[in-house]
Amino acid sequence: MNEASMNPQFEISSKMASAVMKIVNTTLDWVTLALDAPSARAVVFGVHIGGHLFVEVLLLVVILFLLSQKSYKPPKRPLTKKEIDELCDEWVPESLIPPITEEMQSEPPVLESAAGVHTIINGKEVVNFASANYLGLIGHEKILESCTSALEKYGVGSCGPRGFYGTIDVHLDCEARIAKFLGTPDSILYSYGLSTMFSAIPAFCKKGDVVVVDEGVHWGIQNGLYLSRSTIVYFKHNDMESLRNTLEKFTADNQRAKKLRRYIVVEAVYQNSGQISPLDEIIRLKEKYRFRVLLDESNSFGVLGSSGRGLTEYCGVPIDKIDIVTAAMGHALATEGGFCTGSARVIDHQRLSSSGYVFSASLPPYLASAAITAIDVLEENPGLIKKLKANTALLWKGLSDIPGLSIASNPESPIVFLKLEKSTGSMKNDLSLLEDIADRVLKEDSVFVVASKRSTLDKCRLPVGIRLFVSAAHSESDLQKAAESLKRVTALVLKS
Amino acid sequence: MIAVPYLTALTTFFSYVLLFAFGQIRDIFRKIADWYSSNNLQGYAPICLGLEDFYIRRLYLRIQDCFGRPISSAPDAWFDVVERYSNDNNKTLIRTSKKSRCLNLGSYNYLGFAASDEYCTPRVIESMKKYSPSTCSSRVDAGTTLLHEELEKYVANFVGKPAAIVFGMGYVTNSAILPVLMGKGGLIISDSLNHNSIVNGARGSGATVRVFQHNTPSHLEEVLREQIAEGQPRTHRPWKKIIVIVEGIYSMEGELCKLPEIIAICKKYKAYTYLDEAHSIGAVGKTGRGVCELLGVDPVDVNIMMGTFTKSFGSCGGYIAGSKDLIQYLKYTCPAHLYATSISPPAAEQIISAIKVILGEDGTSRGAQKLARIRENSNFFRSELQKMGFEVLGDNDSPVMPIMLYNPAKIPAFSRECLKQNVAVVTVAFPATPLLLARARICLSASHTKEDLIRALEVISQVGDLVGIKYFPAEPKKQQEEGKMLKLE
Repeated sequence: MNEASMNPQFEISSKMASAVMKIVNTTLDWVTLALDAPSARAVVFGVHIGGHLFVEVLLLVVILFLLSQKSYKPPKRPLTKKEIDELCDEWVPESLIPPITEEMQSEPPVLESAAGVHTIINGKEVVNFASANYLGLIGHEKILESCTSALEKYGVGSCGPRGFYGTIDVHLDCEARIAKFLGTPDSILYSYGLSTMFSAIPAFCKKGDVVVVDEGVHWGIQNGLYLSRSTIVYFKHNDMESLRNTLEKFTADNQRAKKLRRYIVVEAVYQNSGQISPLDEIIRLKEKYRFRVLLDESNSFGVLGSSGRGLTEYCGVPIDKIDIVTAAMGHALATEGGFCTGSARVIDHQRLSSSGYVFSASLPPYLASAAITAIDVLEENPGLIKKLKANTALLWKGLSDIPGLSIASNPESPIVFLKLEKSTGSMKNDLSLLEDIADRVLKEDSVFVVASKRSTLDKCRLPVGIRLFVSAAHSESDLQKAAESLKRVTALVLKS
Repeated sequence: MIAVPYLTALTTFFSYVLLFAFGQIRDIFRKIADWYSSNNLQGYAPICLGLEDFYIRRLYLRIQDCFGRPISSAPDAWFDVVERYSNDNNKTLIRTSKKSRCLNLGSYNYLGFAASDEYCTPRVIESMKKYSPSTCSSRVDAGTTLLHEELEKYVANFVGKPAAIVFGMGYVTNSAILPVLMGKGGLIISDSLNHNSIVNGARGSGATVRVFQHNTPSHLEEVLREQIAEGQPRTHRPWKKIIVIVEGIYSMEGELCKLPEIIAICKKYKAYTYLDEAHSIGAVGKTGRGVCELLGVDPVDVNIMMGTFTKSFGSCGGYIAGSKDLIQYLKYTCPAHLYATSISPPAAEQIISAIKVILGEDGTSRGAQKLARIRENSNFFRSELQKMGFEVLGDNDSPVMPIMLYNPAKIPAFSRECLKQNVAVVTVAFPATPLLLARARICLSASHTKEDLIRALEVISQVGDLVGIKYFPAEPKKQQEEGKMLKLE
């Protein structure tokens, strides 16, 4: 039975196979015939063209066609209006400010009288170590007189930028007076202390220039450097070895530095630590490596040097070796605003390219006349500077043996900076401890000191501390009171 | 928007090309001269290379006497301009002791508080004797006095917000606040003609900055939609927050901002708004509260309001007004509050007294009179100038009116001719305005009387004919007379 069913299938399949073979053979014969047609037997350049050449040519044509096609890219589909609407609806912005925490709610003490050495807070009289009133010029008779006459003549504001009728003759007189006092060709007045540095730096440092700066500079300088888009290199705070290595490394790396401008930016007395920079060393390095120096003399103008001319007089360096000197007048001169001084080329350039000078209203005229009077008073009474030095030395002696706090500033600087000997590890805890000390000192002993506060934008990483600003008008009893009170309160707070 | 007539654009362009060519020729001669003389820079790169200060040396210095003119009295309606002369072709200008009494059309003195005022000045002198001209310390140390607290309360009240914070300088207010509020991952969209302080603050914040066409709410909407849909550049993550910055009155155009439309768009797309009222606070609005009052916008809808005290209050400084939380946060983090000296106490007292006068709290109606006068003056002056055929920009009610000059040669001509007739005007050229659009800017004040304005109009018309800046056809005199006859009947 099996043999019978299998056999017909076998016969059919073998018949189909032979039929297919016959068809294939016939097709092959016809193709060979076509290819062996007379045209294919042509002889070109002595080479036989066989029939297979046509196949190869066809293949080549197909390859070229495929190569010339563009590769497959999925078509671009821009977002439709509906999709954009959906995205806009979905998007949830962050809140404008982070939530308010406990420490953000603290309010500073409110003064009820002028910020001189004795001031009134909450009805009580306190000794004031928190105003940078180095020469005690707050409340000085002559300054008040000159301000009164300026107010009566000019009113309060100057109502315009320097370029558009905001230049009042007192501004020009003030600039000439400052230049004469310091011995430079010219100077330029700014209407705010903080804006002096952050307008002067972008006027000189452009993209691609190199600036070597101390890591402890204040926020105004940091912002100016960020706005200038130059290459910024930091060196260790007040460390000349680190500065020399940085300059060495930089000059070795960049050989084609002919068209590059190079600057060193330092402060004379650092606001964040009270150290004084060694200017003669810096000048030696600058001349060796061909850098320009920008010096911020806010806390040393009117304080250092035998006649108050600042760090250059203190270190015995002629002022024309420093290219640009800036200072805020809100410290020793007891007025507001700032100035910049240097060679005529430097100052003229700032009159048109410094944004804080060109696009902002000028300094109120009564403050400019206060500055002129303050410099006059300083020149007539050099004894103020000696008194300030004596006061600083006395305070230093009184504060140098407080257990738990150490003095981080230079003995000659008018900012006495006390930091914790052993830090608790986090800046926040340090700050809260120090603020606790400052609060108790104010409440219990009526001595007004402050802990240095840092903004979240500040890049400076130096330790926080308690800052005391010494003034020439402080009496011995004031200084002793401060020293004793700090000793007592620190012992109390650090024990608990 | 300004449509420059073709002929004027062509001639202006040609003038600049000529000036540029002459400048280059002089530079070549200077290079040759320098070749011979020794170079005393000794290996230091020069402070300004090549073309960086070309504009200053070759174009600006020629007309330097039109800018920076010193005055020797208060910047009131009439003031004394000090005469200067030059021996070396305008390179240095030397003061003389001669002065000329001129009509002041240039100072920002919108309500007339610039000079000594009968209510404000005695109080200012008293507060100066009590608190001395400076506190020598920052607000968080020993710089907060009772005056500062009072000032912040008054300002918040005046503007219509719960709280305010005050700084010593208007420029620093913008530059120090924007970095605190925005950081990397944020987006700042600002008007294309915003002031330099806003541009600086935006750059210093580290956020991405995009610009929308001046005063065009539809373009703002387009930019917002595109940016929210795309997200941050390259990573396409969603933006953290978006803030839109506009000004109340644009100082170079005299235009008011289209505030209601812009606020509506920002609300729809959940962006925050920042309004800079440097020129408009105190000068516009029925009670002087700025563009919000004039255009009928509720101050609650604007997240952050900023302004300066230099223009209408005759003092110095800037403020930010917002919700209590916002101000508390700024007092904790803003570097200008933590490090910079606090605002001078006499200046603070001047602001408080000026606000009291404006609100009528001093017992007189001087404030209301001043506001009415500045509005009348602005509208009268603008309409007269337009009748004469000048091209004047700006909206009605705005006290700032720029007159177009275009040609660089007309800038010093206009300025010097007006000064000869004892009228002091301000002319503005590149880089404060685009290159082809130089203008003369007039700022009126409430202390200008009708006679002052008529005299100014005469002089400007005369000088305009001489210099050739009446670009539009003047309304013919017959039509004016007919109009008057109709009114009489």
